Amino acid sequence: MTTVTADERVAGAGPLRRLLVRPELGSVVGAIAVFAFFSAQSPVFRSADGVANWLDPASTLGIMAVAIALLMIGGEFDLSAGVLTGTTGLVMVTLATRYGWNVWAAMLAGLVLALAVGFANGLLVVRTKLPSFIVTLGTFLMLQGLNLGVTKALTGTVQVSGLRRAEGYQAARSLLAGSVSVGGVEFRVAIFWWIGVTVLATWVLMRSRAGNWIFAVGGNEQAARAVGVPAARTKIVLFMTTATAAWLVGSILALRFTSVQANSGIGQEFIYIIAAVIGGCLLTGGYGSAIGASIGAVIFGMADKGIVFAGWDADWFKFFLGAMLLLATLANRLVRRYAEEVRR
Amino acid sequence: MTPPLLEARDVGKVFGSVIALRGVSLLVRAGEVTCVLGDNGAGKSTLIKILSGVHGQDTGEYLLDGVPVRLGGPREALDRGIATVYQDLAMIPLMSVWRNFFLGSEPVTGPLRRLDVARAKRVARDELRDMGIDIRDVDQPVGTLSGGERQSVAIARAVYFGARVLILDEPTSALGVKQAGVVLRYIARARDRGLGVVFITHNPHHAFPVGDRFLLLNRGTSLGQFDKADITRDELTSLMAGGAELDQLAHELDRDGPDRDAAPGAATGP
Repeated sequence: MTTVTADERVAGAGPLRRLLVRPELGSVVGAIAVFAFFSAQSPVFRSADGVANWLDPASTLGIMAVAIALLMIGGEFDLSAGVLTGTTGLVMVTLATRYGWNVWAAMLAGLVLALAVGFANGLLVVRTKLPSFIVTLGTFLMLQGLNLGVTKALTGTVQVSGLRRAEGYQAARSLLAGSVSVGGVEFRVAIFWWIGVTVLATWVLMRSRAGNWIFAVGGNEQAARAVGVPAARTKIVLFMTTATAAWLVGSILALRFTSVQANSGIGQEFIYIIAAVIGGCLLTGGYGSAIGASIGAVIFGMADKGIVFAGWDADWFKFFLGAMLLLATLANRLVRRYAEEVRR
Repeated sequence: MTPPLLEARDVGKVFGSVIALRGVSLLVRAGEVTCVLGDNGAGKSTLIKILSGVHGQDTGEYLLDGVPVRLGGPREALDRGIATVYQDLAMIPLMSVWRNFFLGSEPVTGPLRRLDVARAKRVARDELRDMGIDIRDVDQPVGTLSGGERQSVAIARAVYFGARVLILDEPTSALGVKQAGVVLRYIARARDRGLGVVFITHNPHHAFPVGDRFLLLNRGTSLGQFDKADITRDELTSLMAGGAELDQLAHELDRDGPDRDAAPGAATGP
């Protein structure tokens, strides 16, 4: 039959071209640029203490951005993820302070609630086939109302506090919200949770069957289902993963500040999505990376603290955020065109 | 004689008040290609969906190896060796060739059930080469392949995963002449491996060279199932386009007709 010969119209895929199609590329370049910029402005920024300082906000954001990245690769959004960090924190602190629960038991209750919300989000999306943007916007608003309503009804104020006196607080705090000394510099323990989450998510994405299914349901759900991928289950588990991440972050923040505001986490949901998009996730799904989302979170941490280190007004942060988002989306569009370019 | 791999007897399907399919019979034997021909709206899609387990038939019987069955869904059809390659949703463009090849049946290794990437890449490359498909790099996204190459990868995948019956939904309709020829060659290759192939198309010129048996559908009913020996290419074309209708059309379009001299436009003729 026909002999196999190389197609003369195709140039070899050199190492540079391979590197260029990595989804993380844009975020790595961005991170280097932002680091160089703020390092030039402030010597403290590039010191070990400075690094520990800006990795702190990056860590809690990063945990969420990685989970949201998985969900976005799977083709869905979760707008309720931000407010859910507040909900889980409120539940934990309320149970521990007003009902005398052990902190660990209160955390577990928060996890159960988070899993239930994630499951409900996922089930609604796969059953109704409504856009997840709308479904989770609904749960977002409902949770926002619940957080405020229940907190006010129970405490008469808009916050719950006093976690420090609860049983088991010290152990839980040292595990989730303490500090670890590395070479004389105090790093928040959340940074290590974040690294762990990133490594785990990357392994799942690149080296497990579930990872293949996540890319597939986001890339073309019908095609995935036609070859036997459990698309509905994959999506529901993704929503539950995001909810679990929200619970982890909610618990970390509650243990750290020992109190939770009823409006906590609101507005964060878009920052998670922005970090994931800067990290190379396509809004249309099927493409992206967990490491990229983490690097997106690093860019945020650097900008958040760097503006303070440089002695500027913090208002500039929002401007920076918008500019990064635009640049990243443009870069991603080029990558997508390259990857989807069809020869006929 | 062994029973046919797959047989549909007088199957029918109703959607609400619409009779999509009525009294259609189809036979698929190992190592043979059964072509399903019909114009748009003839009921081809409904028939494939019944064969591939997406819909259950309302009337008639569906037999596998001579035994009546009722499939619970596409997954059960796949488990029984009936693989369907759809024209538009065969592949996921942003994923690499090897990930697409093994999608839904990924090989795993070790206690952590890690993806066996090295094996997956090697098998994908070897299987594609055995089918005569020249893929330069199994890491490249499927989106960079041509339409014919994508169909071919999907066929190779179905063959590798032990399909006994391969249902191909219009695999050549969006392709150019040369690409369509490539796909027809892979259909023949799959047939030679002993698979029963159901080839759905509206192009008799693609069906005739490769088919052993032809089922013609028109407006949800069968115009008959013909063995290759019993029908010519012209008869096939003519039946498909609705016989008399085509004659009428040919008559209308024919500028060199018998009444040419009387036609007003005759002056422009040679």
